[in-house]
Amino acid sequence: MNFNVNSTFLYIIAACVIVFVLAQSTFFLVRAWKRGKELGIKVPTMKKTVISTVVFTIAPALSILIGVITLSKFLGIPLPWIRMSVIGAITYELPAATSTANAFGISLSETITDPKIYAAIAWVMTLGIIPSIILPPILMKRIQGGMLKLKEKDSKWGDIFMTSIFLGMISAFLGVVFADVREGFSGWIPVFVLLISAAVMGIIGLFVKVFKMKWLETYALAISMVIAMAGAILLANLIG
Amino acid sequence: MNEYMKKTDTYGKIWIWTAVVVVMMVPVMICLYYNVWPEATAVLKGLLGVAPIYWTVGVIEVITYTPMLGTAGTYLSFVTGNLTSLKAPSALNAMENADVKPGTEEGEIISTIAIATCTIVTTFILVVGVFALSLLTPVLNSPVLKPAFDNILPALFGGLAVVYVSKNWKIAIVPLIFMVAIFLAIPSLGSSVGIMVPVGVVITLGAARIMYKKGWL
Repeated sequence: MNFNVNSTFLYIIAACVIVFVLAQSTFFLVRAWKRGKELGIKVPTMKKTVISTVVFTIAPALSILIGVITLSKFLGIPLPWIRMSVIGAITYELPAATSTANAFGISLSETITDPKIYAAIAWVMTLGIIPSIILPPILMKRIQGGMLKLKEKDSKWGDIFMTSIFLGMISAFLGVVFADVREGFSGWIPVFVLLISAAVMGIIGLFVKVFKMKWLETYALAISMVIAMAGAILLANLIG
Repeated sequence: MNEYMKKTDTYGKIWIWTAVVVVMMVPVMICLYYNVWPEATAVLKGLLGVAPIYWTVGVIEVITYTPMLGTAGTYLSFVTGNLTSLKAPSALNAMENADVKPGTEEGEIISTIAIATCTIVTTFILVVGVFALSLLTPVLNSPVLKPAFDNILPALFGGLAVVYVSKNWKIAIVPLIFMVAIFLAIPSLGSSVGIMVPVGVVITLGAARIMYKKGWL
């Protein structure tokens, strides 16, 4: 059988995976919405959550699409499309593909034409992410049970515990922007981008409080992100 | 645990185990259809280059993100991926805007709505993007836009930090100083920020516990 990285067969597999992902998301969305109503969460609050998330998701989703484009040069469209829709991230998929290609003694510089190598790459990409899917159902009860016990024992500490987890994650991503500052001005760009985003968010916060523009909250994260990204382009141009 | 949460866990397990089958079927179908079975040694060699890091990160991510994302949010996020760049920030942002606490049922609902919406929108954008690839590739791959997409994480976390750090600055100060210092001292850690997330969490928890015991929080 003739092998083609963009064959109809591979597109059909991709379509099946996409349908699965959409079905799972829709299932949980509908359940959460119904339960939210039962709990007395106002429909406008839930609608606001949806709108805010839609607006916020666009830029990161485009960056994921860039990942598909990058990988499609070697693997065609369907496999990167599948991988970026299920647990994938370009930071994992590219090294996985490169490592497998190297095992076959080839470099990943052009489109794969050997189905055996293509299949091997698909296996490595899949097996590499399997723990991330298998572990949540195994560990869920222990983790959530532990959190519940903690809250029952001391609810104030339980809240601080949750906040600390968030701040631990955020602090790692704030700290990492300083990793390249020794490279000169180009290394400072992520720091400035972070500061622009923070400043815009602060200004939006002021507008919300002072001018009572509460509707702005829905778009605050998306606006600060897009303006900071535009700032990155400006700064990169400045250093030529 | 109430009935809704119990059912969420059961449904979540059914969906995620089905996802394991769906994901595994992709390489199986490719092998069956093209009648090619790569040698196990080649697959193992390829896997050896990435699995030690990514399996470790996978374990760490499950332990770190599960309390943040809630039950349904976790089951959804660990199937669809992009936790740090999409799912966790969208859940945090949504809970903050809706004024609900993570770990409560209301937090679970809002987090689930945000993560499910996020997944649907991303999937939709990928579908549109794939079909309009020839039109979009030159735009998205243009050198002009490259710095913007290269800096998506600082752009995202800058805004998010303002909200969280300003409200909890006492808890934030120790991990922030530590993280800035460690990345300045060891720049190579920048490529493995995922591994530094649990380090940040442990340090924050330790500092917060001490401050809590001293009555500073």
